[in-house]
Amino acid sequence: MSTTPQDLEDLVGQKYRHGFVTDIAADTVPPGLDEDVIRLISRKKGEPGFLLDWRLKSYRHWQTMREPHWGQLRYKPIDYQAISYYSAPKSNKDGPKSLADVDPKLLATYDKLGVPLHERARLAGVAVDAVFDSVSVATTFKERLSEAGVIFCPFSDAVREHPALIEQYLGTVVPPADNFYAALNSAVFTDGSFVYIPKGVRCPMELSTYFRINAANTGQFERTLIIADEGSHVSYLEGCTAPMRDENQLHAAVVELVALDNANIKYSTVQNWYPGDENGVGGIYNFVTKRGDCRGRNSRISWTQVETGSAITWKYPSCVLTGDGSVGEFYSVAVANHYQQADTGTKMIHVGRNTRSTIVSKGISAGHAQNTYRGLVKVLPSAEGARNYTQCDSLLMGDKCGAHTFPYVEVRNPTGMVEHEATTSRIGEDQLFYLLQRGLSHEDAVNMIVNGFCKSVFKELPMEFAVEAQNLLAVSLEGSVG
Amino acid sequence: MSNIQKGNSILEISGLKVNVQGKAILKGLDLTVRAGEVHAIMGPNGAGKSTLSQVLAGRPDYAVIAGHATYLGEDLLALAPEERARRGLFLGFQYPVEIPGVNNVYLLKAALNARRRHLGLQEVDAFEFLAIVKEKMVLMQMDESFLKRGVNEGFSGGEKKRNEILQMTVLEPTLAILDETDSGLDIDALKVVANGVNSLRADNRAIVLVTHYQRLLDHIVPDHVHVLAGGRILKSGDRGLALELERRGYDWVLEEANAE
Repeated sequence: MSTTPQDLEDLVGQKYRHGFVTDIAADTVPPGLDEDVIRLISRKKGEPGFLLDWRLKSYRHWQTMREPHWGQLRYKPIDYQAISYYSAPKSNKDGPKSLADVDPKLLATYDKLGVPLHERARLAGVAVDAVFDSVSVATTFKERLSEAGVIFCPFSDAVREHPALIEQYLGTVVPPADNFYAALNSAVFTDGSFVYIPKGVRCPMELSTYFRINAANTGQFERTLIIADEGSHVSYLEGCTAPMRDENQLHAAVVELVALDNANIKYSTVQNWYPGDENGVGGIYNFVTKRGDCRGRNSRISWTQVETGSAITWKYPSCVLTGDGSVGEFYSVAVANHYQQADTGTKMIHVGRNTRSTIVSKGISAGHAQNTYRGLVKVLPSAEGARNYTQCDSLLMGDKCGAHTFPYVEVRNPTGMVEHEATTSRIGEDQLFYLLQRGLSHEDAVNMIVNGFCKSVFKELPMEFAVEAQNLLAVSLEGSVG
Repeated sequence: MSNIQKGNSILEISGLKVNVQGKAILKGLDLTVRAGEVHAIMGPNGAGKSTLSQVLAGRPDYAVIAGHATYLGEDLLALAPEERARRGLFLGFQYPVEIPGVNNVYLLKAALNARRRHLGLQEVDAFEFLAIVKEKMVLMQMDESFLKRGVNEGFSGGEKKRNEILQMTVLEPTLAILDETDSGLDIDALKVVANGVNSLRADNRAIVLVTHYQRLLDHIVPDHVHVLAGGRILKSGDRGLALELERRGYDWVLEEANAE
């Protein structure tokens, strides 16, 4: 079965006409974090004992850890006791009453991105009555998946309905003690996505967070677990190109991917959290741990990300290449404009024999932004014949921004081959003049150059996502040259 | 554009003075170009030939100190580079720049449609465009693989020049300024390029060739030949002047000018 981009777009459009479902009681825990709060979260979600124990263990470990500060990032200290760790979906009373109350700049952005009218209200946080239609497209979509044996549901549902899979795989790729934010997430995560693709199944459609029912408002401490069983294939799309506002400044998500023998996982992200205004006020702090384990032979995990949002981005989608002959890929476009700071990259850990990895990173800095690529390629003694190719390109727009590259390479097997290429360029006056001389507007000329620069990453995105990503880049970089 | 008739003024430059990085390059240049004409501007290295081309196209870091340039009755120097382009002024670059990842066809279609929008014509769609560009590619002897490549990306010197002329034939400008289009071409490529240029000769259009060498003019025969040296047009004549320059070099023109 195949899905054309048009089908998907139709589905996406229809979904929003039906709105989201909310069924969690409306209450909020007071700010602060202790074991009682964690017990409360676990109880509210009706979790089995093993999960509560796991959360508590994570919490105890987190308390011994210190916030990492090795990133090329500057921000005011985060007060973890000032955050409320459980809140029901935002009540309609808090949001703007109608689109007329929404920041006109945000509306102008939706306009440029071509966000459908009915979708704008939801994105801007306007109170919309969510009426769930039992014959909604989302349900049809779920039926198609279950026919194929694919499980795709909110994490909380998976905990109740598939506890054995959760217990078997949770934390096996990103252990709670992995890092400060992962530990915090493990202790307090509220919801997220769960995907299981059975043996030999090629998932009949791209899985998009658009279709995730019942999982609204899980943004802050999201937990995602994707398991691709032997010989299965899945493509997962995370995020949305339209800028999302969120009251919570700190976001610390964890994503774990497991690919068994000959399985293939493609994980695409377009992240456009609120970056703060032109003066650097507000904006989301995004501290994410994403890791995939190519556990089986000849398995493959591919990360593609387009990062344009957030005030602070701290994110290194990585692959542990455990299985012999497994393949890890990382394709990234990271845009930082105004006062945004991005410290992002990847880790490729070669464990198995003849493992291969490819890293293509495109960093674009504009305004006063700082954009850092940080990558680690590690070839363990066991990784006979491992190969890596890394390409890091930075594009600077204007003279007040910065680009930094920190490629770490550790090769402990003499047969390993690691290649690294890096370039930094300024958007060329010559290129710009050439395009203007051909009659293009300044804006179109800049977009064309930037999109050309990012092409090798965009071509890895599913088609409808790639088009959106191009528009998104144009909007993100508007007015940043000349 | 169709209302331009042979002999109408297309470009009139008077007393043009231009500084580049604080240095005077053009020092009072006069030139008139009319519809239906082909002009050749020749001169020694460093005479200001390329500066003239770039200034007419609107290169931002070239400072016009004095003088006027009127293009189709409008003040050319007041127009932004893209406005000049949309009004039919085309510059064939001496060193066409590479723009990695941007497809040739994609750029050319955007350029054509920018021009068509300005003329109040309907934009061409991908199929119409492809038909146009394929026809011109035959003329320019370029193969299909060109369609898939990035703008000038990995092109040889000759391919870049051919690409410039291909763009010109698709955009059908009113005034084409070709800056050293012949440099770096072997004789076969030179003929192809000349063919492309000649195919555009028309009563409602003018072409300005900026060149070092007479040999291009064997293939594109100019109506007027000018010697640009020391930032001014020192001498103008017909085809014969070019042949004389080839025989005698530029020194005698400079001497004549100094004697005046």
